[in-house]
Amino acid sequence: MSLEVDDQGYLANRDDWSQQLAEEWAGKFGLALTDQHWQVINAARAIEGESGASPGLRKISKRSAVPIKAIYKLFPDGPAKLVAKLAGIPKPKSCL
Amino acid sequence: MPEKETTKKRSLSVICSKGSFDMAYPGLILANAARMGGVDARLFFTFWGLDIVNEKKIDHLHLNLVGNPSSPVPAMIAGLPGVEALATAQMRKEMERLDIPPVREFIEMLDDAGAELYGCQMALDMFKLTKDDLVPQVQDVLTAMDFMDMSEGAQIIFI
Repeated sequence: MSLEVDDQGYLANRDDWSQQLAEEWAGKFGLALTDQHWQVINAARAIEGESGASPGLRKISKRSAVPIKAIYKLFPDGPAKLVAKLAGIPKPKSCL
Repeated sequence: MPEKETTKKRSLSVICSKGSFDMAYPGLILANAARMGGVDARLFFTFWGLDIVNEKKIDHLHLNLVGNPSSPVPAMIAGLPGVEALATAQMRKEMERLDIPPVREFIEMLDDAGAELYGCQMALDMFKLTKDDLVPQVQDVLTAMDFMDMSEGAQIIFI
């Protein structure tokens, strides 16, 4: 697949994103996406679409109504990075 | 293609030694950033830093204006009664606007994020406190040597 990604593995163009791509990448990270995963991913993607800024976990948690603790369970090992990658948006620009 | 996350597990140890409102945040923010990025994080609260996790003080931390050259208030004014409280209230408001959580909520967030919080045994003894005086997110009280041992291979930040 000739998808453009940046040097840290984030999708370069959000329009190249598809659910199928997210599923595929999730597999590479050892994740099988459930409805709750999608709730988080879709929230991140929606916030970025509206504001143009890739959100941190606090915003994603509020928007998706999935508690921070649950997000860490869904996306172990760096949830902020994983969610952004799977949502096809840039690395988060937030510290929270 | 998603790049593989770093293979060697990174780990961060933050030592919080200051109890002013402004100096509470850097350690908490760094530990949170570490956890969000998949880095293990532990915090050690010692000396005045214990105030950050002291049940009685956590909601009442104060800005330090006196002796602070970055203070927005002239030094002569900064020491007057009520000025620090006023400045602190101002900053709290600004942080709320930016959706930065208050210290207690931040500590809960770190706990939810899987960061480990520890109190310093010697500092507790010195201030005549026990673990029961600390917020429940503090999982244990340690000596400096214990903390060193568990920080093997970690990057250590002193604040």
